[in-house]
Amino acid sequence: MNQFAYDVVIVGAGIVGAACALAFAERGLRVVVVDREMVGGGATAAGMGHIVVMDDSEAQFALTRYSQRLWQKLRPQLPDDVEYEQCGTIWVAADEEEMAEVLRKQRYYRDRGVPAEVLDPSQLKDLEPNLRSGLAGGLLVPEDGVLYPPCAGRFLIEQAQKQGAKIRVGAPVVKAGGGMVQLGNGVEISGQIIVNASGSCSPGLTAGIEVRKRKGHLVITDRYPGFVHHQLVELGYLKSAHSHTSNSVAFNVQPRRTGQVLIGSSRQYGAEHKAVDQEILARMLQRAQEYMPGLGAMSAIRVWTGFRAATPDKLPLIGPWPGDRTLFLATGHEGLGITTSLGTASVLLDQITGTKPEIPFEPYLPSRAAQEYAHA
Amino acid sequence: MPMPSAVTLTVNGAEVSVPQGATVAAAVAMAGQPCRVSVSGSPRGPLCGMGICFECRVRIDGRSHCRSCQILCEPGMDVKTDE
Repeated sequence: MNQFAYDVVIVGAGIVGAACALAFAERGLRVVVVDREMVGGGATAAGMGHIVVMDDSEAQFALTRYSQRLWQKLRPQLPDDVEYEQCGTIWVAADEEEMAEVLRKQRYYRDRGVPAEVLDPSQLKDLEPNLRSGLAGGLLVPEDGVLYPPCAGRFLIEQAQKQGAKIRVGAPVVKAGGGMVQLGNGVEISGQIIVNASGSCSPGLTAGIEVRKRKGHLVITDRYPGFVHHQLVELGYLKSAHSHTSNSVAFNVQPRRTGQVLIGSSRQYGAEHKAVDQEILARMLQRAQEYMPGLGAMSAIRVWTGFRAATPDKLPLIGPWPGDRTLFLATGHEGLGITTSLGTASVLLDQITGTKPEIPFEPYLPSRAAQEYAHA
Repeated sequence: MPMPSAVTLTVNGAEVSVPQGATVAAAVAMAGQPCRVSVSGSPRGPLCGMGICFECRVRIDGRSHCRSCQILCEPGMDVKTDE
């Protein structure tokens, strides 16, 4: 065939790398995935696992909606332990200003074919009796869902293996590019295409990518079946997610199939340590209790942190990296990597095979950032 | 010696009288019930007796996941072992 051991070497066995492995292997390419630790052990295991449509920008909407459709298509094949639940999201509005945002958001979604239903305060109370009284309303997006990301990542990897993909975990990657991935133990693996899908670690392998670690905390409770029915997110979340500088918290809870409640969220730049930050955790839980006072009486059984891979413009980096014909990026998904993993894999495959894409891929091209650096 | 004064509470709706100072776990045992049933369906009760193992959880006055080995009985408590 050719002088390369593989057609594609994917660095990172998180959900993005796993989805890419499956897409490439299904196309008949010879694929290997390398990871320093395990399948789905980084941000994939740390995240909440929502499958959501977001409208921060047209490009973000296009990728999240496209990806959600791909998850829905895959759903019948997902094993039970992936726990895919189409619970819907309710964007909770605390005041009239946020209610105006609910109406804007509904128009935006409806104009693009996404069902979305405005809730008045009593409808909101009926759907989620454990929310506090006095909220202004909400927006129900019924096609959103949640899943359990580590098992979803494992499933994608297993499917890729059935198509012939190889997995190699346990050795760190020290170099990726120039048709070669070098492991910490000295082993070199050649590939015609190298994909850097190593999330918040990706800038360590590809100098010049503007991906920063954005730390998050999550709490999971004991089993309280029926306490919450939908994924609930405060509309203030948008203000929190958009802030580039400060540490921020926002109310975001999810019902899990076990009856457990997953409580988030926090966002911190410049926090490189994995340890739980008690001050942030306290603020996060206080925020959650402001929306759902009953959370205060619950037992939390575990708290953990993770690192999102954040880009300055809130869009992932998907495509060729200028300056190295063999190197492609699939990183920078921040808090949307679980949702957008499938769309990312599809977009990347279309780029590599020269197939007409389902959605325009220009907004995600890494060259957009490279141009900014050139002018910086 | 005089008997310590009794405390009366309910376990799954049935009245149980225990000496003052008895734990809820003791009252549940006197009622002849397991504290809870695990996710896989097996009955559970106090294992460590010191609040570490969480096997003795019950619902008390509507509040879920209370460790019965660490809580003393109070008059009129409503204890449920249906979780």
